[in-house]
Amino acid sequence: MSKPKVGFYWCAACGGCEEAIVDLNEDILKVVDAVDIVFWPVALDFKKEDVEKMQDKEMAVCFVNGAVRSSEQGEMAKLLRKKAGVLIAFGSCSHMGGIPGLANFTTKEAILENSYSQTPSTVNPEKTLPQESFKVKEGTLTLPSLWKTVKTLDQVVDVDYYLPGCPPPVDLINKALGAILEGKLPAKGTVLAPDKALCQDCPRKESKPEKLAIKEFKRPHEILIETDKCLLAQGLLCLGAVTRSGCGSVCINGNMPCTGCLGPTSHVIDYGAKALSSIASLVGSNDEAEIAAILDKIADPGGTFFRYSLPASLLHRTYQPAKEGGK
Amino acid sequence: MSDKLNTNKPWEPRIIAFFCNWCTYTAADLAGTARMVYAPNARVIRIMCSGRLDPQFILTALREGADGVLIGGCHPGDCHYQEGNYKALRRFTLLKRLLNEMGIEPERVRMEWIAASEGDRVQKVMNEMTEHIRKLGPLHLEPKAAAMAAHGAGAARQGAPV
Repeated sequence: MSKPKVGFYWCAACGGCEEAIVDLNEDILKVVDAVDIVFWPVALDFKKEDVEKMQDKEMAVCFVNGAVRSSEQGEMAKLLRKKAGVLIAFGSCSHMGGIPGLANFTTKEAILENSYSQTPSTVNPEKTLPQESFKVKEGTLTLPSLWKTVKTLDQVVDVDYYLPGCPPPVDLINKALGAILEGKLPAKGTVLAPDKALCQDCPRKESKPEKLAIKEFKRPHEILIETDKCLLAQGLLCLGAVTRSGCGSVCINGNMPCTGCLGPTSHVIDYGAKALSSIASLVGSNDEAEIAAILDKIADPGGTFFRYSLPASLLHRTYQPAKEGGK
Repeated sequence: MSDKLNTNKPWEPRIIAFFCNWCTYTAADLAGTARMVYAPNARVIRIMCSGRLDPQFILTALREGADGVLIGGCHPGDCHYQEGNYKALRRFTLLKRLLNEMGIEPERVRMEWIAASEGDRVQKVMNEMTEHIRKLGPLHLEPKAAAMAAHGAGAARQGAPV
């Protein structure tokens, strides 16, 4: 019997998710024994045409990492959806928009202006911007277009499963591969990670006070962080209470607060709103002015609470009022 | 909201009001039984305590077509559950900052302490809020994005209560 075919692809991503697959170390040999990798642009020389030639659903599983924010990525996502039996959103960016999703705090125009004109290392007096098509003697050159809004994979195509994390923990990848090979996948739409909050698995759980009342938020560089005490109790903005477990508390063990890359549990619609709610309620004051002063230490609530999930949030992006007329 | 589909009518502010069971909702009841007249623009949703108000509810209301959200709770010190209204105040303070970052006027969300006996205050706040939202104009969050968010990360998870 021929081995099941598997593909990997990246959209708007940093490459860390590809690294996570390589981090399987020797276990990747078992994967290669069990499946045929038929598409993996980062590591193997297959082309888009090879995918186009496949029959529909010929690939048993395709892992797609990265957010979707260009016409090229949208096209590839649709093609891979067609050719894959099971499509898995791999990593925070395809799951919730991730770090590239922070672009939804600004506009496409501002991003281009900044990148091609404002950055100190850029010399571009004519303010040349990338063109989507350009006529030359030999014909017309084209580039994919950048979308106005960064999207999650499931906002572009139907997604079967999610492997969360920035990047997904090796342990979760291994478990997911195991489930796929044994044909023991759970219900469609499942996030392939434990459905409980990180605080429940936190090695510092015992040191979390019965009642937290934060009088001053601190940033990691401002204090000497104690290695065995609940980070929230030290005034650090740790999002473990609202974040899905499954990472093995790597950041906590590295003495850094959780930033929420695994996203919410299944009980939450909007991760950032829930995180904001959780942290705000811990403020140790009942006085309006004092509450405001304590919260002043959170310099960028949007970027802090929606660090990995802005495109997946209820607001999706900054508000851009509709043009004249409207509804 | 169904009236959103009726494009022939001139725009009227749509306000979702979350009133706590023990104070503000009772005050709204009082305003009703006293036959006080006030702007009919708010749809009131009764919650047990302003501390029950998850910021997700507010964002969902805005996403689904509300132009403003009004929150009513007990005066400080009067919470039926001791400190629910303080928790609401803390969340509200931070949420307003988030809305500002997201380009939505923070005044679209307003919090008021209204005791059970203050029916006249319900009348005053409802009228003020309606007029204020009228001045700000409608909030047009793209309905297409709404559909995407509804099916996006978070909501499509198994067993996720939406």
